[in-house]
Amino acid sequence: MWKHHTKLERNSLPLVIAILIVVSIGGIVEIAPLFYLESTIEKVEGVRPYTPLELEGRDIYIREGCYTCHSQMIRPLRDEVERYGHYSLAAESMYDHPFQWGSKRTGPDLARVGGKYSDGWHTDHLIDPRSVVPESVMPPYAFLAKKTLDYRAIEDKIRAMTRVGVPYTQDMIDNAKEDLETQADPFAAPTKFQNRYGGKVLQRDFDGDPDRLTEMDALVAYLQMLGTLVDFSTYQAEAPENRR
Amino acid sequence: MSKRETDEVTGVETTGHEWDGIRELDNPLPRWWLYVFYAGIVVAIVYWVLMPAWPGVSGYTKGVLGQSDRADVVRELQGLKELRGAQAAKLQKASLEEIEADPELQAYAQAIGQSVFGDNCATCHGTGGVGTKGYANLRDDVWLWGGSLSDIHRTIEVGIRADHPDTRFSQMPAFGRDQMLTSAQISDLTEYVVMLSRRKADAAAVARAAPIYEAQCASCHGPAGLGDQTKGAPNLTDQEWLYGSSRADIRGQIWAGKGGVMPSWKNRFDPETLKALAVYIHANAGGQ
Repeated sequence: MWKHHTKLERNSLPLVIAILIVVSIGGIVEIAPLFYLESTIEKVEGVRPYTPLELEGRDIYIREGCYTCHSQMIRPLRDEVERYGHYSLAAESMYDHPFQWGSKRTGPDLARVGGKYSDGWHTDHLIDPRSVVPESVMPPYAFLAKKTLDYRAIEDKIRAMTRVGVPYTQDMIDNAKEDLETQADPFAAPTKFQNRYGGKVLQRDFDGDPDRLTEMDALVAYLQMLGTLVDFSTYQAEAPENRR
Repeated sequence: MSKRETDEVTGVETTGHEWDGIRELDNPLPRWWLYVFYAGIVVAIVYWVLMPAWPGVSGYTKGVLGQSDRADVVRELQGLKELRGAQAAKLQKASLEEIEADPELQAYAQAIGQSVFGDNCATCHGTGGVGTKGYANLRDDVWLWGGSLSDIHRTIEVGIRADHPDTRFSQMPAFGRDQMLTSAQISDLTEYVVMLSRRKADAAAVARAAPIYEAQCASCHGPAGLGDQTKGAPNLTDQEWLYGSSRADIRGQIWAGKGGVMPSWKNRFDPETLKALAVYIHANAGGQ
């Protein structure tokens, strides 16, 4: 055996290949099973793909690097559940590509921020965080309210999501622009939009500026949805298949 | 080159490697290090048996101990409930008035209320509830929807313009934006409101605005501007202003009629927490 090792040590290419094989064992054992084990993701009611407006909001969330200071992961620890609500489920980020769990909390966790504050608060807070929370260290994002949302690529974005397994239908792709405009307009007919994304979707003027569809609309729509999708009345937290 | 031999000075065997006359001694690993390494392997094997570890084809090994983080947190929360036990049960049964009357229960409710307020309410209403423009100050003795214990409890429960079916709702019309009044009429009305708040106002404008106030504003704000807590109509004669006291602020509010949203907290808090919060706010924020 050691004789063969000498061969590896003296030939760089086989050595590189052998190193790759050895270090990938850890990944194969720890990561690969998560893709095929059915018990990885809990079976829950209510989780749906993001609406086009929420998806644009999610992209702004990523673009502005919100994840560097805010996590979206309530760990199953007493103090976190007491403060933020039910611990996060894998099912809640199954349509997130990439997931937004984050790893650092300079600001609070946002996994269940949806519905916790008003749209007006989110808008005021993003424009000038210290106008509502004097002790905040968050930078202002006032430009979001001024910048018109560019959603020309929304159909392609949704199509890209389907490539990584998010179950958008062709109907959702074809009507993406219409759905996006409907969600930000409280006076638009909601029926078709709700047929596609469910009756719980929020439809209103999120940024308080009825004349324009801004990046603020998209980001607030995304934030107000976070953590609200799972129907916890039908979720059996104590069931053996939901234990981890 | 790879010839093992014994080093003359130390008496230790060499690895047989030689570079420019320098040879490498083949000393054994320190014993303590080696044994810790072996112990590590043993611990890992014991861990695999006791704890969830290896993935399989359709599941994973659950481990003899059946450890589960999610079961642990449920147990810890249960422990918290037991720790609060007697007090929480008393809080659950007692009416809001009984809580305020019982010093021990009052102190308990205050402690719960304070921590819940800090995390959930202070975000909008400010540290200690001092509020800011557009977010009600809870420290003054002015209440839009009533400051009694039950009024406060109700407001927290259903919210204001929230998604709760019984939410508190009021709508200040946008007299200017929706072209219900002319710009000149709104300027006159602004003077009238300034007069109501016992400040110096343009008498001619006030006289012109009086019939407009009577027709458009008095039904909610009252003929004397005292407001109506059942409708959420602010008292215009006090010195407290949600959207600012300057003429420009008052004019803006008549023109566009802003109305903030307070979420309903019914589904976020259990009934005891809701009660404790109402008691905390009532006691610390000049409740009626």
